[in-house]
Amino acid sequence: MIDEELVQLLTPEGLRVGHPEYASSLDGEEIFSLYRDMVIVRRLCNESTSLQRQGQLALWAPIQGQEAAQIGAGRALQPMDFTFPTYREHGIAWCRGVPPEDVLRMFRAVSNGGWNPQHFRHSVPTVVLGNQALHAVGYAMGVQRDGAEEAVMTFFGDGASSQGDTLESFVWAASFNAPVVFFCQNNQWGISTPSSLQSKVPLYRRAEGFGFPGVRVDGNDVLAVYEVTKKALDNARVGGGPTMIEAYTYRMGAHTTSDDPTRYRIDAEVEVWKHRDPLERVKALLVREYQIKGAAFDQVNHEAEAMALKLRDDVLAMGRPDPITMFDHAYASEHALIEEGRREMLELGISGGAH
Amino acid sequence: MSQEVFLLPDVGEGLVEAEIVTWKVEVGDVVTLNQPLVDIETAKATVELPSPYAGVVAKLHGNVGDVMHVHEPLITFEVANGADGVSLAVTSDNSPEASRSEAPAGEGREAVLVGYGVANEDGLVTRTHRRRGAPSPVLTATSAVGAPVETSTMPPTPRSTPPVRLYAKQHGVNLETLSGSGRDGLITRGDVERALHDAAVPDTLRTISEVPNGPAGTSRFVGREIESWSNGPSVERIPVKGVLRSMSEAMVQSAFSAPHAVVWVRVDASATMELVAGLKKHPNMEGMRLSPLVIVALALCDAARNFPGINSSFDATAGEVIVRRSVNLGIAADTPRGLIVPNIKNADTLNVIDMAKALNVLVEKARQGTTTPNEMIGTTLTITNVGPFGVDAAMPILPPGTGAILAVGKVAKAPWVIDDQIVVRHVVELALAFDHRQIDGALASRVLAHVGNFLNNPAVALLAG
Repeated sequence: MIDEELVQLLTPEGLRVGHPEYASSLDGEEIFSLYRDMVIVRRLCNESTSLQRQGQLALWAPIQGQEAAQIGAGRALQPMDFTFPTYREHGIAWCRGVPPEDVLRMFRAVSNGGWNPQHFRHSVPTVVLGNQALHAVGYAMGVQRDGAEEAVMTFFGDGASSQGDTLESFVWAASFNAPVVFFCQNNQWGISTPSSLQSKVPLYRRAEGFGFPGVRVDGNDVLAVYEVTKKALDNARVGGGPTMIEAYTYRMGAHTTSDDPTRYRIDAEVEVWKHRDPLERVKALLVREYQIKGAAFDQVNHEAEAMALKLRDDVLAMGRPDPITMFDHAYASEHALIEEGRREMLELGISGGAH
Repeated sequence: MSQEVFLLPDVGEGLVEAEIVTWKVEVGDVVTLNQPLVDIETAKATVELPSPYAGVVAKLHGNVGDVMHVHEPLITFEVANGADGVSLAVTSDNSPEASRSEAPAGEGREAVLVGYGVANEDGLVTRTHRRRGAPSPVLTATSAVGAPVETSTMPPTPRSTPPVRLYAKQHGVNLETLSGSGRDGLITRGDVERALHDAAVPDTLRTISEVPNGPAGTSRFVGREIESWSNGPSVERIPVKGVLRSMSEAMVQSAFSAPHAVVWVRVDASATMELVAGLKKHPNMEGMRLSPLVIVALALCDAARNFPGINSSFDATAGEVIVRRSVNLGIAADTPRGLIVPNIKNADTLNVIDMAKALNVLVEKARQGTTTPNEMIGTTLTITNVGPFGVDAAMPILPPGTGAILAVGKVAKAPWVIDDQIVVRHVVELALAFDHRQIDGALASRVLAHVGNFLNNPAVALLAG
């Protein structure tokens, strides 16, 4: 246990532990499918990092270490719930059914978005830090006015928790008792700023000051994340108002491919978190409690490998659209500023990509 | 088989160049998809590039230390059946996803692999030649590895670079006997090394040719590895950047704005050495490096408490002298990246245990390269410990914006006079450089004497403090 207030149902060694408020409701098959999701998103993430290093993506934000936080939260959602991600929610996108190659379009800079948010009930990534929390609360207030039994969940990190947008969204969510879950992945580092420097109290305790409950969950324990998120979403759907979840986790890799974490954090810290790997503990549980054999794990790895290669092919086939097309879908209708940008670009002769 | 060229990608949003740090493959190596190829250092980070192809390394377009331009060739591969053979080779299973990947990607993909973000590859090749000042032989796309098709513009003498020519000359290798594996037949250091290896030059012969020039290998200078006297070029130019730039700018700023003066003293530090030896046995000190530096740090802080004027800086712009009643104690640290001066914040409030811990943390972070910018600003007093290098004393230059810096020499046994008897004691030399704009010799001398007395009798000083 990292601290006594942390909700944990599965230790890093893969042993079940009890909690007064939460119990795992999942059977072996469901736990195995959570494991499969985590293996796949990790493998796809690694392939994406490679693609960036090979010049095929402009940027990539890795999720390694945060798979349990994202898969646990993503799988707790109901189909009609709506999600507002930041740029690191590849695991959530996977759970919402967004094709992985669509996630990479933005990172290859061949699309401003990549999918229809309504189709997947998953908004396009917001890169402006914390901004999506305002979108989520606004959407949740709309859900409230429609009288729909839907929950809204938004994602941000420990760094974005310091943003004015995030804190303002807390105020509005509390004032209107909006059906929204604030899912904060505290991965300990806001680029190079340690989480402990940004918040003098544990992040989840901020919620209390705004007037709604906050929970800290072991973000590397997929069983605990699933149950905590499910309860918060259920509560939101029936008019119980907002909840903040702090998934206490760790970013094993760089902030993005433009970042070098060895410049600001020590190896010893990374080593400690290696022992808290979100996948290994589930695997240990599956082997011990459900007698899952090596062949089943091999099959999942094989499946993930094939998906990684397909992702690579899909990305390489995206080509280079004419840069002028970036203006096409910024607004639904004509917009004076966008038109001015398009005209300037044509005058400068930047237009004309390879087809 | 066909050739595929891996262009140096922009790995960090808008970078234009990167330096080759380590090659992890050689020409002729068979590599798999995503196998690590090379470490490159950009302005932002050192990163590893994984292979975009499965195939054979046909050509490395740069040597370690070369600064390569983004979107210019880095490695050429021989791949089976073009790029599309790549994923086929590793996708030999029958899952639906895998079979989908076998769908021909066609021209679109071909163009992307070699041309993403690049308008004209031919133009780039030409530019590279011009940049390197080499002639521009015509290289056809189908030329085989190691035997590039070149026109008569090829110069009569074998093409190489000055450091490689020197290296070859020093090792008695005739370049005319070699065929180059570099771009357009360029003879690389690797070619010379292979020739040396293949020729199996007797050890005695090699030793004779090397001894007059100095040791082989590399040595550290300004935070980088430089070639040894024997192996390096006769003249080397090193760009002033990073830690080197910080050091040079700080030293110039300080040396030419603050008039420096120095006082020094020899001290019997035997009691300090005994105290440190005793502390090492203390349970709180387990696993920690403990040196007399801890006591010196306490002594300097104590001196500041007694003489606040020493903990001051001269603000010429404001026309003020700033006296600070808390010490951020800078420690000059020799790190793999060069000299840095991180500080211990509020060092004057620390007891002996906490000072030892703070120094351990500071040294460890400096060594690992994880010192943060915040830990390097706001220094008020500094210690530079030159003793471990085996020298007696130093005349240091102040970090800008500080009033004094204490240099500590090596602690060594020496004859010392006590009660008219010559005895053997642990003796250390201390030198205090100060900014003479606001600190005069009298104050500096009192401060240094205070530090000396502290080291001479640390138990009393610690109890009194």
